[in-house]
This record gives sequence, structure tokens and C-alpha cells, in this order.
Amino acid sequence: MKAPPFHYHAPDDLASAVALLATLENARVLAGGQSLMPMMNLRLAGPDHLIDLGRIADLRRIEETPQGLRIGAMTTQRALEKSDLVRRLCPLLAEAVALVGHQQTRNRGTLGGSLCHLDPGAELPVVAAALDAVLHVAGPAGARRIAFRDFPLDYLTPSLAPGEVLTHVDIARAPANSGAAFLEFNRRPADFAIVSAAATLTLGVDGRITQAAIALGGVSHAPVRLAQAEAGLIGARASVSAWESAAHLAAQSPCDGDELYPADYRQELSGVLVRRALAIACQRAGGAAHV
Amino acid sequence: MFDPRPIKLTVNGKTIEATVEPRVHLADFLRKQLALTGTHLGCEHGVCGACTVLVNGATARACLMLAVQADGCAVETIESVASADGTLHPIQAALSRHHGLQCGYCTPGVVMTLLELQRESAGSALPEDKIRTALSGNLCRCTGYQGMVDAALEILG
Amino acid sequence: MNERHGGGDWIGRSAARVEDQVLLRGGARFLDDIVMPDLAEATFVRSPLAHGVIRSINCDAARALPGVHAVYVFADLRRVLTQDAIPLALPAGGLRFDVDPTCLAIDEVCYVGEPVAIVVATTRRIAEDAAALVELDIEALPVVVDPVEGLQPGAPEARLTCPDNLVARTKVDYGDVEGAFEGAAHVVRETFRLNKGGGHPMEPRGVVARHDELTDQLTLWNSTQMPHRAKAMLVATLGLSERQVRVVTPEVGGGFGTKAVFHPEELATPAAALLLKRPIKWVEDRFESFTASIGEREQIWTVEAAFEADGRLRGIRGTLVYDHGAATPYGIALPFNAATNLIGPYILPAYRMLIDLCLTNKTPAAPTRGAGRPQGTFVMERLLDRMALRLALPRDEIRRRNMIAPGQMPYTIPVKQRDGSMMVYDSGDYPQSQALALKAAGWADFPQRQKAAREQGRFIGLGLANYVEATGRGPFESVSVSIGPSGQVVVSSGATAQGQGVKTMLAQVVAQVLDVAPQSIHVVVGDTSATPAGLGAYASRQAVTAGNAAFAAATLLANKAKIAAAELLEASVEDLVIREGVVEVKGVPGHGASLTQIARALAGTPGFALPGNLPPGLSAASDFMTSGLSYTNGCHLAEVEVDPDTGGVKILRYVVVHDCGRMINPMMVEGQILGGVIHGVGMTLFEWMRYDREGQPLTATLADYLLPTSDVAPRLEIHHLESPTPLNPLGVKGAAESGTIGAPATIVSAIEDALRPLDIRVTQLPVTPPQLRKLIRDAQSSELRP
Ligand code: FES
Ligand code: FES
Repeated sequence: MKAPPFHYHAPDDLASAVALLATLENARVLAGGQSLMPMMNLRLAGPDHLIDLGRIADLRRIEETPQGLRIGAMTTQRALEKSDLVRRLCPLLAEAVALVGHQQTRNRGTLGGSLCHLDPGAELPVVAAALDAVLHVAGPAGARRIAFRDFPLDYLTPSLAPGEVLTHVDIARAPANSGAAFLEFNRRPADFAIVSAAATLTLGVDGRITQAAIALGGVSHAPVRLAQAEAGLIGARASVSAWESAAHLAAQSPCDGDELYPADYRQELSGVLVRRALAIACQRAGGAAHV
Repeated sequence: MFDPRPIKLTVNGKTIEATVEPRVHLADFLRKQLALTGTHLGCEHGVCGACTVLVNGATARACLMLAVQADGCAVETIESVASADGTLHPIQAALSRHHGLQCGYCTPGVVMTLLELQRESAGSALPEDKIRTALSGNLCRCTGYQGMVDAALEILG
Repeated sequence: MNERHGGGDWIGRSAARVEDQVLLRGGARFLDDIVMPDLAEATFVRSPLAHGVIRSINCDAARALPGVHAVYVFADLRRVLTQDAIPLALPAGGLRFDVDPTCLAIDEVCYVGEPVAIVVATTRRIAEDAAALVELDIEALPVVVDPVEGLQPGAPEARLTCPDNLVARTKVDYGDVEGAFEGAAHVVRETFRLNKGGGHPMEPRGVVARHDELTDQLTLWNSTQMPHRAKAMLVATLGLSERQVRVVTPEVGGGFGTKAVFHPEELATPAAALLLKRPIKWVEDRFESFTASIGEREQIWTVEAAFEADGRLRGIRGTLVYDHGAATPYGIALPFNAATNLIGPYILPAYRMLIDLCLTNKTPAAPTRGAGRPQGTFVMERLLDRMALRLALPRDEIRRRNMIAPGQMPYTIPVKQRDGSMMVYDSGDYPQSQALALKAAGWADFPQRQKAAREQGRFIGLGLANYVEATGRGPFESVSVSIGPSGQVVVSSGATAQGQGVKTMLAQVVAQVLDVAPQSIHVVVGDTSATPAGLGAYASRQAVTAGNAAFAAATLLANKAKIAAAELLEASVEDLVIREGVVEVKGVPGHGASLTQIARALAGTPGFALPGNLPPGLSAASDFMTSGLSYTNGCHLAEVEVDPDTGGVKILRYVVVHDCGRMINPMMVEGQILGGVIHGVGMTLFEWMRYDREGQPLTATLADYLLPTSDVAPRLEIHHLESPTPLNPLGVKGAAESGTIGAPATIVSAIEDALRPLDIRVTQLPVTPPQLRKLIRDAQSSELRP
């Protein structure tokens, strides 16, 4: 199937992109095209105007900042995958991004595209949720910052006002003595996850957990943080029983399902993946190998 | 033509200037406007990989990229892989030796994926699982993949 | 791989394929690559509902769109048709009524995706824009989705024009079934639900239709497995003579059954081209292939097996409900294949399977690689595993005790086939096939490895299955071989190629006789004007039928060449041999006439006699008519690991022992096995064409319908046995579907073995992680945690 007709715009600067987006009727942003183009080719999406951000050089960058990483929204997933900076400062992102689609789609798919598309099975929103990423958007009313937790509004719907464009994302650097793991379960390795889990842990000098973050994907329209499980881990010793209790909470967290992958199955997967992800994260944080 | 756009790009090393309708994807542009029909369409929703080409040296789904987006890019297609005298590229020859193709519909995409892999690996040996992961973006219904994996192992392993 | 030319020993060599070069360069011409002046492009308006009555179709806005040439509904096309329906029905006993499709729906739509109107425009894009403007008013009717429910009293009617949904009732029945069960030491029972899947060649279907006013000939370039059948359908429905219709296949990107049956678009497009007086191309998009292309595999079996205390089968009986979808293009062939293939390599003294075929509001069912057989084999092999469990016998032993011995060949089973003949297994050594496979897969040591793995918390299992496959279905295939004054050897056949390497196969057979390089031979297949009679690709048949026809034709040509050469060389025919394309006197190298020279001599010179008073031309033709089906057999073993926490299954190892008689090109035989097994892996773990309760397809993209990818496809280890068939001179059997037949039974046997402590019984295909996890959970809650 072929896409319906549309007008094409390829501004070279952000201001023009914002202006176009704010003034044109039924306009959509084209980032890497790996989600929007299939929908257009299937005639499930039919924008009258497509605003391609591909010519705005400013939106493609990976920089180290005092806090961590600043990544332009149009940075390709492949660039993240290959980046030493990402591997060093944010190993969770490095691990997850390699699981996004196929090499051929990561070459064009972007961080911003994935975060704004918000597919429930996508990997990068789960990373953003786990790491409390801060999103920077530009719009007709100027720039603003959005905590990722406030970003998803609904199924496939980000909280962007008309005319707003995601420009870059700030991610804090992984603390010392921390470890992270990203796991997903799917039928074929490159598919969207049925359920995915991201976990980070930081161990104190006494071996107790000083920080924990757990995010699940595939269980709802948006990634879910397991605040109660995280709180339960703080101050606990790294141990199988600590992972089991977190997993237990994960398996009880409310969950959407469908006929093929019902909610109770996804909940089971949530528990399994959380348990496994915590154990790996702990090991990577320098914790004992046996837990 | 709705909202015609001029574009200028290189395709297989040749400079091309053309006018395209924005909605025409790169695969249709190559196939219909340039008669380079070696790039195939198997789904037009970005899953099968039959349309895989190289854009600025990196593989891309040509059904998920608009021809207008290729303005200023260097595109390589299957037609550029063998030498001008028809001699097959080592990857192509290995695919034939290992029976890595049957109907050949997926083959151009497979060749482009392996070409990228070869350039990226820059001579260091790739293990089978890396090759299988890279090829997982190219669906093949005929071969069960083993022949193409073996061909890749011979050249890249 | 030996590519050395010479010796005339081409059969049996893994010769390089003649097809590869152009395909690798991207220079092959597939259907969508065909261009010609004034070529318009078409798309179809399709039913969005699974069942309904068409109240109105308003095409005004679509017709008014610039660039649109025409929008036709059935009434428009009917002007060039001689009859409403496409006469697809195969003669089949048991069919209560035929449901032949029409090229566009007339007033009732019976599945989502059924074509309702054809839109022709300057480009496909515009055609799709226009199709979106066609206003369809369809009154929804109740739908039948599940074939078991569809046969219940009071079920809705899947088609208003049919008396009910039970389109056919048939059976396989022999032996004293009641007696077998009455005196049985043991009986096992099970119900299996096997779901729908498809062929899904990477190149979807497509046609280009052009009517030439000058020659009054309609040419249909068609990405089909059966061009001659397509031609017959066009002749029948368009009121044209055979001379006026030519069907040609370009390069075809895979078939797997999907492209065997004649689909409505193959008539609607040429009919539109005749009306519009303009060539038209239609290429199926992937969404259409999921909704408009045939698929199959949905079968529900309720079976029981009676057996002796020592494990020998006494009898099997049960019922099979088959989902035929909304039309019956293949009659009862698929459930019949399934039911008869159940018997496999085993002695089954009594057997009764009652088969009900149900019409549903889904895309019509027709053969997909394996054509019903994987299901039959699956059921039999599951029963054997159950029997082994019951008797605490090893799974290989229960099979050994039931196997037909090589000394019993030919082995007759009292089941009448489609053509009226009995089922006769022609050759094969089933016990040896299993023994070899067990050895290759390390069957004997496996329990130790399994135990060690379990101690580490890993659940691995080894599964096995045996099967047979009826190959080389008749009635015939034709081949002609000719050499003109240019010296070019040309082979033409009614066989068709979709990637199997048919051209290479034919070239090798001819090369064997003429001792020339296969690469030098030009092979023409899939063109009704090159070979007037032909059947094409189905039922793993072309090496058997066309291969033997090629062998006979090449031999006739060689004999003719020798007679001519005898005259030219003044030698006697008995002293002549063909070496490297030259007919020469035995033992006198250099004293000979090349095939080219002979071809020139036989082309005739005005006023001169032909050498040896032979008929003109160095050419010969032959038809091979089958005398029975040849049975390929195999044994598969798979090792899997199950993650009991997620229900995920990973295939770690896969061993195949395969016997398709004499192999013409072992590399290509292995290619067929590889592709076939991975298709079977898909059928077992991934592929499931799902519908909701309203008959809406849920898996109509390649992101939702999961084909096996390179990272989930296991590496195969293939071993061959060669039991030549006595049924044809080359001793060959078919190989194209057998891989698919063995895979589901094997993999599921391995899954159950991996979870043996939990005694899990898998009764559904595909096996999905949530289902498997549910079985595990249920078992865990009733037993101790492993
Ligand atoms: S045609 Fe582009 S991925 Fe299938
Ligand atoms: S060779 Fe046919 S799809 Fe790959």
C-alpha cells in the first residue's frame, strides 16, 4: 500500500519547524520514520503536512554534561548503540538500544521518535522512565522541560501541545557502585517486547541498596515505575529474597492484556523479568555474584 | 503529482536529478523512476527487509524513507554490488556457493545487509550469532537462512 | 561442490544453480518489474466485513478523481465473462456442493478482503486514493469463524446461497475398527486444535494483463505456480480460444501453495484490461496477502488410539473438522491428505476418520506447504508419545514396534486416493531412517545430558517424529528439448519455478544425457506458449514428473543425434557415444560431429535430403505420466530448551534424516528441507492467522503474523538415505514439503520431553508462550515445584 498524498517540509532550523507545526493544519513531525511511515503506508495515518526534522543538524548530538548525557531527539538509535559516551555514562540505555528493532531500522530510527511514538512494547521509553529522563521541548510559547513520568498522556499519545517539538533529552549519569539491566521477553528477539523490565541499583559501602529504580514496559499504555518495590529495596541487603519481594510486587502491579498475551501472563512475565533484571543489575553494581 | 519536489542525489555513484512526489518512497523512486528494479518490495511496512539499500553507507528500509529525504544522499543498491563486467562480489558468490538463495526475492536486501556488516566489521571475524542477528532484519521464506548464514560466515566469520 | 564439467555425471551433483547469477545481481525480472507503454495500475476495493449483503456501491467520486481510468464492479466485468463463477472445483467425492468464487463479489461478501471492485488508474497510488473514495454500503450478517461452532445446529449461515455450512462430509475407513477397540489393552484419547497459517512467499501475488488487438491475444504475466491452469480458467470464463490466451510466469519470488490456486484477481484484472483496452498491472500488497490469499491448516481433531500391551497399534478412530473458509477451491484434498498422512510409516490395522468440512467467513483454504500432512503427522506422533508414556516405553521403541519393515515394500494401505488407486508405499527403510537420526542426535546419551541440565535448573528435551509424504502427484508433465543451428540447447517444460531450482534440475538431467554444462542450457518454464500442456508446481512433483520427462526427451534427442551422426560419420549407431556435446565414435576421440553440426544438418537445406531420412530438427519431446505416488520419508529430532518461567521455547539443535530416493542435486534437496523445516518451525512456534469473533483478521501485517527469522531458525544437520523409487526411471521422489511435515510433531515432542516432570500435554498449534506457561502453571499447582 502507498501513503496518501501530503505536503512535505524540511526546515533547517528548529524555529521554522515549530512555526510550521504551529500554523499548518493536520501536520505531523517526521523523525526517523520507522513507525510513522508504516502507518502512512498502511493508510492508518494521513497527515496533510509532514515536517521532516532530518535537516536540523542541532537535533543530532550526544554530549556529556556535568549531570550526565544530553542527547538530541534526532540522534539515531544506531548512533546511541555505537556511542562510547552512552556505554560509559548510561549503560542501561546502551543495553536497551541494541534491542530496538533491527540494525536496518536503528540506522534511521531516532531516540525522539521512539519516545514520542510511545509504543507500549518499545524499549527506549522504559529506559527514560527508569532513569527519570528530562525531556526538552520547543514550542510556539518557548521551551519547556517535562519529566518523563509526565510525558505519556495516553496510548501512543505524548503530552505535547500543538506546535511543540521534542528537542533533546537529559539523562543522569549512572552513579558509582551502580548497576543496571534491561531485559525483555518477546517471541523473536527484534520484536517489540511483550513485557520489558529496566532496573538500576546502587550499593552502599555496607552492601545495602541505596538506590533502586524499576520500570516495566508492555503492561500499560506507558511505562510503569514500581515505586513500592523500589522503596522496599532501599536499605535492604542485596539478596535473592529482596529480588523475590520486588518481583512479587511487580507481578501484582495492574496490567493491561489482550487475548494473545493476557494480563495475568504479562504480570507473571513482569515478576520474572524484574527478578532477573535486579540480580543482573546487582552483579553489575559489584554485588555478590550469587545473588 | 502532488507537491512535486526537485531532488539531487547520487545513486550507485551516479548523480541523479529528478522531480518526485513527496509521498513516493525511496524504493518506488528507485524502481519506477530509475528502473532499478533489483530493490524489492515485500511488505511496505518496514518488516521484511526486501527493500534494504544503503543510504550514506548505512542500511535503510527503502519503503520507510521518502525519496525527498534522500535529497543530497548517496544511495547504493544491489545493481552496484557486482563489478561492471558482471563479476560477482565475494558476498554474492558465497551466497551462490552455499545455496543462500532460492527464489532470490529477498536476496538483494540480504546482500546489502551483509555488505554493511562487512564494511563495519573491517576485517574482524564475526561469530554466527552476530550474523544471525544482523540478518534477522531480512525475512526469507525459502532458505531457512542456513545457506546465507554459512555464506556470511565464510566471508565475515 | 564439484563444478568440473564432463563425464556426463551431472545427476547427483550439487551443481551451481543456473538461476543464481541474475538474481544475485538484482537483474531478474519479477512481476512488478514488468513495464510496458500505457500500463495502468490497479487496486481492489475489498470487503471490510466478514459477512454481509451489498446494498450499494457508489463509485462516482472515485471515477471522478484525476488519473483514474475506471472503477468496475461485478456487473461491469460480467460483460466480458461467459459465466459468473470461476469453475475451480476439483471433482471430489463427498463434496455436497461446490463453492466457486467469483472475480468480484456479486451481492454477498463472505470474508474480509473479498474483492468487490477493481480500480484502475495511472499509478497504484492514485488507484488507492480512488479506492478510498468508493462508498460501500454493506449490511452486516452474522458470521461463522470457528468451524466447530459453524457445524452446530442453529449456527449462522456462512453463505446465504448454500444449504448449510457442512460443505462436505467424507471419511477414511478400513479394517475392523470396532473390533480393534473392543479387545484393546489400552486406549489413549486427545483433542487437538491446529490453527490457520499461510505460505507467505516474500514476493506477493500479482498479474499483468494485456490484450493485443493486432493478434487478438490476451497475455497474462502471472506470478503463479500453475500457468496452464490459469489459462484454462481464462479460456473458460472469458470465452476465448486456447490460441487467444497465453499465460507466462516471470521470475517468481516463492509460492509455497499460495500461488497454486487461481485467485479472483487473476480473472478480474484481465477482464478489466479487456474492457478498458489497456494493459493493467495488479500487485498484491502485504495487507492483501493476509486477507485475500489462501491459507490453511485449521483443523480440529478428536482421536483415540487402541493398542496392545506391547505397544502395537490396533486401530485409530476419530473425527476431524476442517475449516474450508469461504470457498472450496481444492475440494476435500487437504483434510484427506491430513487424514491419510496420519498413517505415516506405521502399521495401522484399522482406521476410521470421519471428516467434516465447514464453510466459514474466512479467506478460502487451499494447500500451503505440506498441504494438510503436517497436521496428520502431528496427531499420529502425539498419539505415539502418549502410548509410550502409558506403557513406560521409550518413544523410539514404541515407533520401532509399529514400523513397516523394508521387506514389506511395496506396502499397500487399503485407502483409495483421489485418482481411485490404493495408497501404496513404493520404497524406503523407515527403521533405518529412525536409527540413523537417533544416532546423529545422540539419543542414547540424552537422558544423562538432560539430567545434568536439570540439575542446573535448565529444562531441555529431545523430540522425534517420523513421517512419509506422497510426492510426484500426476497425471503428467511434458518436456521438450531442442538444439537449433545456433547450437543452443533449449529445454521447455510445463513445470514452473518459484525458487526451488527447477531450471537447474532440468538442466542437470539433460546435461547428464548430452554431456554439456548445465549452465549452457537455456530452460523455459512457466510459459503456456512454449509448452502447450502442463500442470506446474504442487505436491512436490516436478523432479518426478518433469525430471523424468526431461530425461526421456533428452534420451530421444540423443538417439536421433546418433542416427544422424552415424550417417555423417559413416559409422554404426552402436559405436557412437556423446561426449561433451559431441557424438563421436567410441575410442576414437576427435572423430565426431558436434550436436550443433547435427542440428544444422537436421535443419535442412532446400532441395537436399535430411541425414538418415530423419524427420527434421534436432529436437524431441516426451511426457512423463505417473503410475503412482512415490513416498518420501524422514525422521526428525529436535532438542529444545524451555524456560518454564516465561513459556519461551528455544530450538537448540535439529537433525533430519531424509530419503527422497535418488537425488538430482543434493544441495537443492537440502535447500528444500531447510526451507521446509523452518516453515514448520513457524507453524509450531510462531505463525497463527488470527481472527476476532467478527471475522476480522488480527494478524494482517508481518509485524503481527510472525515468520521465523534468522535468529530463531535453528541450524539443521541433514543426513540422507537414498531408496530409489521403482516408479520412475530416475528413481527420484519429491522433497519440497517434507521438511514442513515433520517439524511440528518433532518440536512438540521435544517440548513435552523438556517438561516431562510436569507431564505437560501440548494439544494446540502454534505453541505460544502464554499457553505453554499456563500448562506449566496448572501442572505446577497440582504437583510439587520441580
Ligand atoms: S518492503 Fe520495506 S521492509 Fe518490507
Ligand atoms: S530466497 Fe526466496 S525469500 Fe529468500
